[in-house]
Amino acid sequence: MKMLKTILKQFVHKPATTMFPYEPLENFEGTRGHLVFDPSKCTSCMMCMKRCPSQAITVQRAEKIWTIDRFRCVMCGNCVDVCKFDVLSMEREYAKSATPTERGVETYEITYVKPERPKKETAE
Amino acid sequence: MTGRQTVIPFGPQHPVLPEPIHLDLVVEDEHVVSAIPSIGYVHRGLESLVDRREYQDFVFLAERICGICSFTHSSTFCQGIEGMMGIQVPSRATYLRTMWGEYSRIHSHLLWLGLFADSLGFESLFYQAWKIRESILDELEATTGGRVIQGVCKVGGVRRDVSNSFLSDMDDRLDDIEDEMKDLTNVFLNDYTLTKRLIGKGVLSKEDAYYLGAAGPTARGSGLDLDARNTGYLAYGDIGFKPVVEKGGDGYARCAVRCKELFQSVEIIRRVITDMPDGEVSVPVKGNPDGEYFSRSEQPRGEVIHYLKGNGTKNLAQFRVRTPTLTNIPPLVSILAGCELADVPQIVLTIDPCIGCMER
Repeated sequence: MKMLKTILKQFVHKPATTMFPYEPLENFEGTRGHLVFDPSKCTSCMMCMKRCPSQAITVQRAEKIWTIDRFRCVMCGNCVDVCKFDVLSMEREYAKSATPTERGVETYEITYVKPERPKKETAE
Repeated sequence: MTGRQTVIPFGPQHPVLPEPIHLDLVVEDEHVVSAIPSIGYVHRGLESLVDRREYQDFVFLAERICGICSFTHSSTFCQGIEGMMGIQVPSRATYLRTMWGEYSRIHSHLLWLGLFADSLGFESLFYQAWKIRESILDELEATTGGRVIQGVCKVGGVRRDVSNSFLSDMDDRLDDIEDEMKDLTNVFLNDYTLTKRLIGKGVLSKEDAYYLGAAGPTARGSGLDLDARNTGYLAYGDIGFKPVVEKGGDGYARCAVRCKELFQSVEIIRRVITDMPDGEVSVPVKGNPDGEYFSRSEQPRGEVIHYLKGNGTKNLAQFRVRTPTLTNIPPLVSILAGCELADVPQIVLTIDPCIGCMER
């Protein structure tokens, strides 16, 4: 008789899974989905590269290039914590799939320009 | 009458094994005379990475030692560093760590129950168990940001706080989860097919469990009161804790320990939520660790020990992990001697082997 209850339940309850391609997948607010980089603020301090546990981030300071290997990134969010300039942030959507030829490597050109320091006015 | 002895290889690839372990089963007719284990199929050398990563970043690597008890590994590692450096962790952080540790225990036990049902060919029960596990994983993802690898522990506390209103909502949702778990464990403990495959199979006596070094539910199923939570680390000392112990020593007792621990964990989470203190969740950490530390905590599979040695630099000098599965291999070998060949897959599963964890 206990089994009957379970069987009858199957006819009325909603499916336990999400019908994924037809229904959008909703992530939680705090989900660490993928990393977003803002090239206009990066000062090439290289902290994200040094502290990345999976060595996914490469910063070429001279060429002003910031690269991330999406296949290596483990979404730990350590770089977001160590970045002092609010360049990096975590979005809740999961990272998109990539083909093996691309290897998930994304390259950004850093557009940050160091503001000129206001010159000291010499007293006349 | 003794027949001729034959050696049958079991694993590393086998339908019931989620991870690779090899056993050479010496059989006489259908009886297993002895089993010779060999390990080392998924060794990754994670421990040696300590001299190439900063101790604060190694928390993420320590978490990846195991894919199921990941949270306990990170909290044990952080506990070790904090003990070495004499950092006082805020009490809200220890309570949150306790809560997440218990959530990961529930999800690990549900995973095992599902896998065990699957090994018997009981597919619908497998899906039922994993359906409940999914709601536990949702709670973990909503609070920490990760489903299985939470990445929420850090040296000096935790990285995220959970609001009190969210905690009370979690408490309400636990009622539904508990009801579903009651139906599920009722099948595991009372169903005719399952009890036939569990009662009296793979008996480990209390003395053997003690002398062969069994840990976790394998030891507690044999009547040993061995649980690292008795030491009162994190918030277990404040909450009060009494381990689940079964006297049978067979597969049924080990299964019963896990089923009862599900409800015990729910009870602990409820206590944590009601007693949750207010305040900060982390303290700033300065300096580098120097000295030695043994950090112990209770994983879903038993007691894990992290040995850490610092030399005053940002990289640790040495790191060593002893995982519960490794200590459960000698009891497994002693259980297997004398059993029937057809029972071997289920008996191997009753110790809940986690090979990725064991070999790192």
